[in-house]
Amino acid sequence: MADTGLVETLLRRVEKVDGGLDSQDVATSLGVDHQAIVGAVKSLLALGDVISADQRSSKHWELTGEGCEIAEQGSHEARVVSSIPEEGMPQSQLMKLAFGKVGFSKAMSNKWIRLDKGHEGGPRIFKTVEHLEDLVRDKLLLVQKGQASQLEEKEKNELKKRKLLSEVTVKSYWITKGSCFSTTITKQETELTPEMIASGSWKEKKFKPYNFEALGVAPDCGHLHPLMKVRTQFRQIFLEMGFTEMPTNNFIESSFWNFDSLFQPQQHPARDQHDTFFLSDPAQAHEFPQDYLERVRKVHSEGGFGSQGYKYDWKIEEAQKNILRTHTTAVSARMLYKLAQQEKFTPVKYFSIDRVFRNETLDATHLAEFHQIEGVVADYGLTLGDLMGILHQFFNKLGLKKWVEVGNSGMFRPEMLLPMGLPEGVTVIAWGLSLERPTMIKYGINNIRELVGHKVNLQMVYDSPVCRLDS
Amino acid sequence: MPTVSVKRDLLFHALGRTYTDEEFDELCFEFGLELDEITSEKDIISREQGDTKAEGASDVILYKIDVPANRYDLLCLEGLVRGLQVFKQKMEAPRYRRVSPASSEPQRLVITEETTAVRPHAVAAVLRNITFTQERYDSFIELQEKLHQNVCRKRTLVAIGTHDLDTISGPFTYTAKPPGDIRFKPLNQAKEYTAQELMSLYKTDSHLRHYLHIIEDEAVYPVIYDSNGIVLSMPPIINGDHSKISLNTKNVFIECTATDLTKAKIVLDMMVTMFCEYCEEPFTVEEAEVVYPDGRTCQYPVLYPLTITLHESTEHIAQLLTKMCLRSEVMSDGEQIEVEIPPTRSDVIHACDIMEDAAMAYGFNNIPRTTPRTYTIANQLPLNKLSELLRQDLAAAGFTEALTFALCSQEDIADKLLKNISETRACRISNPKTAEFQVARTTLLSGLLKTVAANRKMPLPLRLFEISDVVLKDESKDVGARNNRRLCAVYYNKSPGFEVIHGLMDRVMQLLEIKPGQGNGYHIQAADDSTFFPGRCAEIFACGKSIGRLGVLHPDVINRFELTMPCSALDIDIEHFL
Repeated sequence: MADTGLVETLLRRVEKVDGGLDSQDVATSLGVDHQAIVGAVKSLLALGDVISADQRSSKHWELTGEGCEIAEQGSHEARVVSSIPEEGMPQSQLMKLAFGKVGFSKAMSNKWIRLDKGHEGGPRIFKTVEHLEDLVRDKLLLVQKGQASQLEEKEKNELKKRKLLSEVTVKSYWITKGSCFSTTITKQETELTPEMIASGSWKEKKFKPYNFEALGVAPDCGHLHPLMKVRTQFRQIFLEMGFTEMPTNNFIESSFWNFDSLFQPQQHPARDQHDTFFLSDPAQAHEFPQDYLERVRKVHSEGGFGSQGYKYDWKIEEAQKNILRTHTTAVSARMLYKLAQQEKFTPVKYFSIDRVFRNETLDATHLAEFHQIEGVVADYGLTLGDLMGILHQFFNKLGLKKWVEVGNSGMFRPEMLLPMGLPEGVTVIAWGLSLERPTMIKYGINNIRELVGHKVNLQMVYDSPVCRLDS
Repeated sequence: MPTVSVKRDLLFHALGRTYTDEEFDELCFEFGLELDEITSEKDIISREQGDTKAEGASDVILYKIDVPANRYDLLCLEGLVRGLQVFKQKMEAPRYRRVSPASSEPQRLVITEETTAVRPHAVAAVLRNITFTQERYDSFIELQEKLHQNVCRKRTLVAIGTHDLDTISGPFTYTAKPPGDIRFKPLNQAKEYTAQELMSLYKTDSHLRHYLHIIEDEAVYPVIYDSNGIVLSMPPIINGDHSKISLNTKNVFIECTATDLTKAKIVLDMMVTMFCEYCEEPFTVEEAEVVYPDGRTCQYPVLYPLTITLHESTEHIAQLLTKMCLRSEVMSDGEQIEVEIPPTRSDVIHACDIMEDAAMAYGFNNIPRTTPRTYTIANQLPLNKLSELLRQDLAAAGFTEALTFALCSQEDIADKLLKNISETRACRISNPKTAEFQVARTTLLSGLLKTVAANRKMPLPLRLFEISDVVLKDESKDVGARNNRRLCAVYYNKSPGFEVIHGLMDRVMQLLEIKPGQGNGYHIQAADDSTFFPGRCAEIFACGKSIGRLGVLHPDVINRFELTMPCSALDIDIEHFL
C-alpha cells in the first residue's frame, strides 16, 4: 500500500475537480515524484471502483544538462564576448576556456567579435559589440519555465540539434471519480481467517476480489505413466470379458517354447540373428517335457496329426537356444501344454500384457522391446465366426473402429495343439497387438522414445490425462 | 511379408481388364493380399536419391503388393495373374504335367560323393521350346532373386542356376573340388578365374559378397560341369558365362543345389510351374534325371499333386476351393471332399490350410460373427495384482512412475553403480547390435537414474518410481534364469532426503500391513554396499528376510550418471509379499 497520507490527499484533489486531473500535474503541484502518485493511483485501483484512471502519454520539452548550464550562465558565444577585455585577447588563450571553441565560431558568425591574424605576438581577438541580446539563453529560460509553447517548432528543433533541448514522453494517468468514490478508504482483506470466523468480524470486512483468470497452484502429487495407464485399461477389459491373466514374468525363453512348440520351422527368418536376441549366458535351456519334445520333433521333420510336416532335419540344439522371448505366445504355448496335461480338458480364456523383444532396426515407431497384448480362447468347436465375434467385442470396448491394422489374429494350427496332447476337436483362437501403438494413437505421440524408456519427458507424464479407452 | 512389384498396365493386360486403384485394392483384400503402394520407378528414385537422379527414370505405374510369406507362387506376375484369374473364375486351375523328351533320353545330372561334405542335394528340370519376351525374361530373373531371398534363405538352403541348354551338353556332373582346382569364366566377366580368385574378386561386390560365407571356409566348393568340362555354375555363388540365358534362349536347363532337399524340390517346382506357360506346349515340363552317388535315380521336377481329404461335405466348399487353385471333388460318400494340391501350393501342408483358403474364398467379412459360449471366471495373476495396487499408492505418495528398458549395457548395471559385473547374476545377450542391449537389467535403479539425467531441467525435487521385472540367472529354472519383480524409487534434490525415501519405505510397509519391529515386522540395519555412500546405506528386513536396500547414493554413482545433486534410493523385491 502506498503512503496513506498521499492516497488521501490525492482523493481530496479528485473530489474537488469536476472532470478529472492528470497525475503529472498533481505531482508538480504537490512537489512529489510522479512515481509516488502512480503508486497511489495503483493501490486505489486495487480497491475496486473508487477511482478510474486512464493511462495517457504526453510529450514535452526539457533542457539537457548543457541547456541548463546555458540557462544559468548564458550561451557560449555570449560568454566569449563578455570574457574578452577592451584590448582584446590572444586566440590561443581564448581556446583554452571551456566554452572557447564553440563560443568562438558562434560569436564569429554572429559578428560579435573579430580576429586579427596578423597581430604582433600571434592572432588576437577583439569585441565588436558592447551590448548583445543572448537569444539562445532567453529561449532556454522560457522552456525551463514551462512556456515552451511560446517558441516556434523551428526554434525548438534548432536547439534540439544543438543538444540543448530534448523532447520527452511522459506517461501519466487521467484520474476521475469511480462509482464507489469516497475520500476515506477501508482496507480490504485478502483472506478469511479463523479469527474472523470466531469473532464474526468478516461481516464488516471488505474482501479483495480474487483473480479468476489466473491458474491455481498445481497439487504436489505423483503421476502414473501413460503407457501403464493404458495397460491398466486393457487388463480391465480382459477381466471384464472373463479372461485369466497368464504368468508372463519370464523374459528369457527357450527357442523350443518360443518357436518350435508353435510349429515355427527352425529355418524361419524370425529365428535369425537379425531378428531375435540370443543369450550367451545362460545360452541353453536344459529341461523339456521329453515325450512332448519328441512329438514336436516328429511333426516338424516327418509330419503327422494330418500334416505333411516341413520335412527337414529338426535339431534339439536349435530348440535349446535361449532367447529373449519375441512374443508372449511362448507363454500361451506353455499354458496350453499345461492345460493339455489336465486329466479332463476345461475351456479357458487367457490374456497377458507384457514385454517382448526384437533385435530390429530401431526407428521412430520401433524399439528393441515393446509390450504385447494377447488374448487366447481354447474350447471345443470354436469357429472363425467366434474369432470374429470376440474380436469385435474386444475392439468395441477399446472404442477402436478400425482395428484391422493394429493387430493380428487367427486360430492355432493343429500341428501346434495336437502334439501338446489337447483333445481333437479343441480349437484355440488368439489375437495380439502392441500396447504402444494404441497408446501413441490415444495420446498423440509420434516418436516412441517420447513414451517409453529413460528419455521420456516427465512433463508429458505429469500432464497426461486419465485413460478411458472407449471415449 | 515379401513385396512383389508389378507394372500395372502389364498386370491389367494379363488379367484381361482394367481396374481402378480402389477396385484392385478390394480384389487384393478378398484374395488375402494387400496392395501396399502405388508408385513408379521415378517416384522411388526421387524419394531415395532426390529428384535430379530420378530424371529420365521410368514413370510406368507400379503396384507393390504384399504377399503372405509362404505363398511363393505369388512372387511373380505370372503366378499372381494365374491365382487371380482362377479366383475370379476366368480360367481353370492348370494341371502341370511332367513329360519325357520326345525323341531322346532325359537330361541327366550326376551327383558325386564329394558334394556330401558341402551341399549334398541337387534337382533339375528342362523348360522346352520356351518363348521369352523382355518382360517375361525380366520376370524370370526376378523370380529367381525373390526365391533366393525367401524360401532359399539367402541361398543357404537352395541356390538356383538357369542355363541355355543349347550351349551345353549333358550328362552334367555335380561335384565338389578344392577351390584352386576350379577355373572358369563367370557370368558377365571377360576372363577366367579360379574359385579362389573369384572369392576375393566378389569380396567387394555389393550383391554377391553376402553369399560368400556359405562356402568360404569349406575345403571343397560345389561345381557343376557339362560333359565337355564346361562349368555351368559354382553354387551358391555364381553361374558360368558360357551357358547364360538370353532373350533368344529356346531351351532352359534349371538346376537347384541345396542343403535342404524338401526346399530344393519346392523351389524347382516354383520355377518351372511359373514359366512353363510360355512353353510350346503350355504347362508341361520336361523331366531331368538325377543320379545319386549310390546309383539311385530320381526324376524331377516332382509336380505330383498332393491329395488331402477334408471331412467336410458340402458341394459349396468344393466350389470355393476350386476358386483357390485347389481342385476339389465331393467323394461318393457325400461326407468328404478330396482336394488336389498343385505343386505351386507348397504352403498347403494340412487340411487346415485348405479350410483357410475356403474361408478366404467365402470372404472373411461374410462369416457371421458369433459369441463363443465358453464360460470362464477371470483371475488376475497375484503378482500383477499386487503391482497394480502398489503403483496407485506410490503415485498417491507423490512419486511419479517411470517406464525404463529391460535391456541395457553392462556398464549401466555394473561400472556405473560401482559394482563388479560378476556379482550381478546378469544374463548376457550374444548378438546385440549396440551396447544398449548387452544384458538384461538386474536392477531398476540405473533406468531411474537415466530418467533423472534426461530430465535435469525439471523442477526439483524429482521423485520417481518403477515396479517392474529384472532378470537374474537361476540354475533351478528350465531356461537357467528367472524374472524378479522389484519396486525401486529415487529422490533427487539439493539435499539427499534419506528421510523421504525412508518414509516411502515405511509407507510401503504400511500398505503391505507389516509393522515396524523385529521378527514378523520390518526393520533396517546398516549395510555395506558399494553403490551407496559409506555409512548411508541400510538393508531392509521384513518377516526375518532381507528384501532390499535403501540409502544415499555414492557421489561417484551420481557423477557416472551425469547427475549433480544428492540422491537417495530404495530398491525392494516385492515377490516376498505374495
